[in-house]
Amino acid sequence: MNTQSNTVPESSSDSQPIAPAAMSTTRPLYWSVRREVWENRSLYIVPLIVAAVQVFGFAITTIGLADRRRAVLLLDPEHQRAAIEQPYDLAAAMMIFTVFIVGVFYCLDALHGERRDRSILFWKSLPVSDLTTVLSKAIIPLVVLPLIAIAIIVCVQLVMVLETGVVLIFHGMSPATTWAHFPVFQNWLVLLYALAALALWHAPIYGWLLLVSGWVRRATFLWAVLPIIAIQIFERITFGTSYFGAFVKHRLMGFAPDAFDFHGRHNPTIDSLAQLTPGRYLSTPGLWIGLLFAVAFLALTIRLRRYRGPI
Amino acid sequence: MATIEARGLRKAYGTTIALDGVDLRVEEGRILGLIGPNGAGKTTALNAILGLTSYQGELKVLGLDPWAAREQLMRDVSFIADVAVLPRWIRVSQALDYVAGVHPRFDRAKAEGFLEKTTIKRTSKVRELSKGMVAQLHLALVMAIDAKLLVLDEPTLGLDILFRKQFYDSLLNDYFDRSRTIVVTTHQVEEVQDVLTDLMFIDRGRIALECSMEEFDSRYVEVMVNPEHLAAARALNPIHERPVFGRSVMLFDHVDRQQLATLGEVRRPSIADLFVAVMGNQAGVAQPPSHKATARQGGATT
Repeated sequence: MNTQSNTVPESSSDSQPIAPAAMSTTRPLYWSVRREVWENRSLYIVPLIVAAVQVFGFAITTIGLADRRRAVLLLDPEHQRAAIEQPYDLAAAMMIFTVFIVGVFYCLDALHGERRDRSILFWKSLPVSDLTTVLSKAIIPLVVLPLIAIAIIVCVQLVMVLETGVVLIFHGMSPATTWAHFPVFQNWLVLLYALAALALWHAPIYGWLLLVSGWVRRATFLWAVLPIIAIQIFERITFGTSYFGAFVKHRLMGFAPDAFDFHGRHNPTIDSLAQLTPGRYLSTPGLWIGLLFAVAFLALTIRLRRYRGPI
Repeated sequence: MATIEARGLRKAYGTTIALDGVDLRVEEGRILGLIGPNGAGKTTALNAILGLTSYQGELKVLGLDPWAAREQLMRDVSFIADVAVLPRWIRVSQALDYVAGVHPRFDRAKAEGFLEKTTIKRTSKVRELSKGMVAQLHLALVMAIDAKLLVLDEPTLGLDILFRKQFYDSLLNDYFDRSRTIVVTTHQVEEVQDVLTDLMFIDRGRIALECSMEEFDSRYVEVMVNPEHLAAARALNPIHERPVFGRSVMLFDHVDRQQLATLGEVRRPSIADLFVAVMGNQAGVAQPPSHKATARQGGATT
């Protein structure tokens, strides 16, 4: 993520001489995605703040790390590994949760903000189709945010490994015990896969939020969330069941059992790449039904933007 | 092919009829002023032309149906709504980058050239600029686009006199040529009087008057009538009469100039005067004289 682009006005001088006919269809999309990142600096600032907190917080826990590591090394290999890996997994999970929240709020504002500040009239005065605009906004939570997450997780974990190493060396221990039990590079592959799987799984959520954002005049968050709560309450009162609630929960968290093979263990850990099951994940009906919904929501959003003006 | 061609253009918002069967033809190289009271349907007409709103009836802009082909149309059409549509968060450099990125007909060097003449800094955000500077920035972006049609909806609203003057000056000197067409709506009619080539009054969704400025100059004459010729002047059926400093100023349509010169001082009417005359008459005010205008004038002097 090139965050420097804000401050370098000449960053696009390469884009200058272009024949009108040569302008490809992807150029407006590319620039529209960049535009979104310019506008929504919270897309990377919030994860960076969380990262700073993680690094600082972990630095504090390194007090007494050497003693804890000695204790951990007395355990059996599987528990050793779990204990050493735990803070790294926690940091990654926190970051994934952070970008999810950032993505939710981004989507809720994406098509509402341009109507609120009337800038939709400016955007519509340029030869950029509603399709391109809505796609560029969907790409943010589906592609850009996962990439931001993985880049920051990698950096945070590297800093954590360094912090640990320094402390261990200072106490006359070998930092290799971390590397031995925490396969960093393999872990990043797992993360990349998990983020891709999660983005696809959450696609209908983002699609729904974009639709609400393009639809309602105010209170986007309430319009997005209240119907879901209302349906749950209605179901509970009328039928005494909570299938819809389970359905929503499944949509939020349910990707993991199909995307990974946890060998039926209670606390889910990934030890080897063999536990990634993309084939099984891609044949999950839930994934495809979700994607169908995502496409339908986005199609509606594109259609809706044609009719939309300032509010 | 006319730049804009509309037949029976209609648009209703619920029970409110914004456009009520408008026929319109704007040829290449014209500067059309669309003048009307608030809520007359000006902005709706422009929105239809720009593909921002759906409509009934026939409309072709540069040969395209705007509602179906907005994206394609916007390669050849530029548009300034009012001063407040540039996003406030964007930096000047980013605005240049973005328009250069998405617009095949944008000449970045030209836009930079226009900006050189202003005090706008590349690193400024739009929210840090004054209203006048935002208008300058938007104008610089738009004038650097090699468009065939430029649509301006109240482009100088809220600007001070200097910026307003400058706005139309640069538009005429640095942008307009005979191959472009400009459509402008404004309430500040006095400042576009010498800019326009064509004039159109629109009221309650209908075209109330349509003429070229040459026609305007030959058809309409304003006379400050000498008190002794008052009756003779009224006999010639002025379309409007208003008192100014105790004397009557009458507006005539299609009356011989020589004949009018004998009645008093002959002047070129302003668009605003004609607007009041035409709209006043449309509203069913008895003529002559316009009671509405007389009453207002009388109230102001007493």
